[in-house]
Amino acid sequence: MSSRKDPEVPARPNSGFSRRGFIQRVGIGGGALGTGPLEKEAAAAPANVAGPGPVPITLNLNGKPVKLTVEPRVTLVDALRNYLDLTGAKRVCDRGTCGACTVIMGGKTVYACTVLAIDAQGKNIETIEGLATGNTLHPVSQAFWDNDAQQCGYCTPGFVMACKGFLDEHPNCTEEDVKHGLGGNLCRCGTYMGVRKAALQAAKAMKGATKNG
Amino acid sequence: MANTPDYNYPPMDKRKIIGQRYKRLDGPAKSSGRAKYSSDLKPPDMLFGAYLHSPHAHAKVTSIDTSEVEKMPGVKAVYVAAPAGTEINWQGYEVAAVAATTEEIAREAALKIKVDYEVLPHLVKDDDLALAGARAKQGGERVVGDPDKAFQDAEAVSEGHYGIPVVYHCCLEPHGQVIQWKPGADADGKSDEIHAWPSTQNVPDYATSLSQNLKVPATNIKVRMDYIGGGFGSKFTPDAWAIVGANLSKKAGGRPVKLYLDRAPELMIAGNRPSAYAKIKLGGKKDGTITAWQTESWGSGGFQPVNPPAQPYTYANVPNIREVRTTVSLNGGSQRAWRAPGNQQASYLTCCAIEDFAAKIGMDPIEVFKANAQYAARSGAADTYRYQLDKAAELAEWKKLWHPRGQSGSGTIKRGMGVAIGSWNGNGHRSQCRTVINPDGSVSVEIGSQDLGTGTRTIITQVAAESLGLQMGQVKLVIGNNDLPPDGGSGGSTTVGGVSTSTRKAAINALMKLYEACAPALGAQPEDLEAVDGHIRVKGSPNKSLTWQAACRKLGTTSISEMGAHNGQAIPGLVTGGAAGVQIADVSVDTETGMVRINRYVAVHDCGMVINPRLAESQVYGAVIMGISTALYEERIMDRETGKTLNPDMEFYKLAGIGDIGNIIVHMDIREENDKRGVIGLGEPPAVPICAAVGNAVANAIGVRVPRIPMTPAHVLDTLEGRNA
Repeated sequence: MSSRKDPEVPARPNSGFSRRGFIQRVGIGGGALGTGPLEKEAAAAPANVAGPGPVPITLNLNGKPVKLTVEPRVTLVDALRNYLDLTGAKRVCDRGTCGACTVIMGGKTVYACTVLAIDAQGKNIETIEGLATGNTLHPVSQAFWDNDAQQCGYCTPGFVMACKGFLDEHPNCTEEDVKHGLGGNLCRCGTYMGVRKAALQAAKAMKGATKNG
Repeated sequence: MANTPDYNYPPMDKRKIIGQRYKRLDGPAKSSGRAKYSSDLKPPDMLFGAYLHSPHAHAKVTSIDTSEVEKMPGVKAVYVAAPAGTEINWQGYEVAAVAATTEEIAREAALKIKVDYEVLPHLVKDDDLALAGARAKQGGERVVGDPDKAFQDAEAVSEGHYGIPVVYHCCLEPHGQVIQWKPGADADGKSDEIHAWPSTQNVPDYATSLSQNLKVPATNIKVRMDYIGGGFGSKFTPDAWAIVGANLSKKAGGRPVKLYLDRAPELMIAGNRPSAYAKIKLGGKKDGTITAWQTESWGSGGFQPVNPPAQPYTYANVPNIREVRTTVSLNGGSQRAWRAPGNQQASYLTCCAIEDFAAKIGMDPIEVFKANAQYAARSGAADTYRYQLDKAAELAEWKKLWHPRGQSGSGTIKRGMGVAIGSWNGNGHRSQCRTVINPDGSVSVEIGSQDLGTGTRTIITQVAAESLGLQMGQVKLVIGNNDLPPDGGSGGSTTVGGVSTSTRKAAINALMKLYEACAPALGAQPEDLEAVDGHIRVKGSPNKSLTWQAACRKLGTTSISEMGAHNGQAIPGLVTGGAAGVQIADVSVDTETGMVRINRYVAVHDCGMVINPRLAESQVYGAVIMGISTALYEERIMDRETGKTLNPDMEFYKLAGIGDIGNIIVHMDIREENDKRGVIGLGEPPAVPICAAVGNAVANAIGVRVPRIPMTPAHVLDTLEGRNA
């Protein structure tokens, strides 16, 4: 993994709008919000301001530190896809609804379109590229294949990551649990029947792997 | 060889690879995230494109100023798609585009382009025909038989009104492409070359379409696509974004440009399913036979007029029909083929009207559908429908669970059952395939097709392996670029019939050449040989055989390269059209909240010879799930006053999730009499009847017809409160 193929990022001393800027302004101006975390973040910002031009950051991706340079407004999914060529996570709704960009960050499944790359620093980030061991599929990926839980496959990496995150927390899940636990991922081809079976097969396989290993 | 080779498939019980439940070949690439979709690509020096779209539904561009944006650091090209004077007829129309070194800069730059509009009056809703004014155009009257007399003579008459809205394709991978226009790049340095990596259902025809627009010879346009993230009928042509992307690339000195639609424009402008509304009157006998049918229908496919589909659907041979269809031009994005175009609307209108007639005469709708199967338009289909109606009823426990309309007990949660039918042609398209057998025994199958996730890779490989007597792993398949023998676009459920037939022919033709090469060594005539289990052997003398490797060594140093072609005409036993399906929904309706839940959903379908039952079932599951989503949740919502699209996103344009679809039971109608018809496509037929089956089940549950799909709480409660227009 390297940042060799980064897009050219020209210096932008007078940048306009950024997501982070938006969050800060909401935090300062939104009196009704009270003394929430946004306001604390905004108050702390002047001492540690990043951007609006590109800034060097380090992401801990699949156990390895990776350096890249991005504007503070770049989301984690865009950082992975546009700057690091880690394209398993897909950008579909770009608004935290569909789950196609799901990764596991600090042990929690997150929509990578709703996390800024600069805010993802210092946390372990697992992407689908880190799941397989050589040519051996991770048990969740294997189960998706075995149960034909994929058609076009565009939602599949996000679904696999959501499933892995869910099973890490709910190793003894039932089919009813799966219907709730994987409700944050959408598929357009209609692979849900296969996904239900895949999740249960993977739960069994992952438990077996734990016992044996 | 003088004789025409025998291309017929072995009988069902003799097949070794065809009919087996192989897992999809591209499964590991997809489930590990390694599969590279066109939208994942980043060739060297690639620029990121971004669009500026019209915020207005109807407006004229009065001025456009890109000067500030041209000077922005990082911006490499700006393209104006709607210069001053352009009339814009729907929100989201592409006004201009930018290519820049990062996506962030491109998006920011696009928004900084200064455009002035003269806003014009709009019409964005067609649910009330009276408000459409001059935008409504009547398509004339169609009369069959003597409907007036038939209604006079009818023992019973039922009437209803029904509506099915515009829905989006909502492909998860948006429309777009990575594209590179390199001036003077070919060998002589004079002609331009274009490399395109699109998200398309139509790799083989992409270059031809693009060459007409860009005036670059099709031979200089290289198209490649390995994976596509959904199409559903909306991705057949290169579209404006390919032309704009190519022009941005050319302006930027030939650097590749990635230009994909963001989600909101993806939904607003990249295609949708037209609406259909109708008032329908049915007359018939008390034994369930329909004798008269009258429809007044209207609908819209966007700005360009599109008539709603003809009625009655599938049971088209009702003897007395009167029909008036009207199209409404709206200031909304244009329709495109949407998985079985016209058929969901047609099935919804027809099957709801038949169910209402059944309720009127107090008959079980399964019996009414059977009583009218004689009207099925396709000859021979009547028996199939009767069989499938009984089969679906059995799987859904219809006899136990169905009750007459509204007799669903005194509780607030009402359970109901609904049935509907569908049909589709699905005959194979024109297709060419090349099979290469090398002296080292390796085999490649080359075909300019694409795998939309339907399993095309897998079924081509199954047909080739079966035909050559090999295992799946011994056949290398190449698809997805326009240097290969041309296949067709993947639409209309035509792919499986096309690719299976050309693949079968190419494999058999190549095998004939191999037989000629090794016949002398086996002391036999070529026509006496067969390929079985990795051996070429003499028919009837299995011990006189060569292993596949030994047989191929007889080729010396020259490979076999043979073509197989299919011309799109049905060939009995190999490929044909005409598929049927029957589906039953079992739902519960909460009459206090208006929530509809699917308990169980049964789908019975035939599609001729089934190459891979696992993948066929996945097609049906997928179509049913997509259909349940449209039946319960999906609707494009427009604002009458502002002309804006209110839900061009995935938060308020709802897709069904994993917990919303109940339990689905798929039964593939694999019987010898279906098998011997040959291969028939399956992508569309199971996507047809769902809205009707769910709508009928809701009516059965609550005792009244909810006229408008989707079956949202608002629509259900409006009906229960008597608020329908």
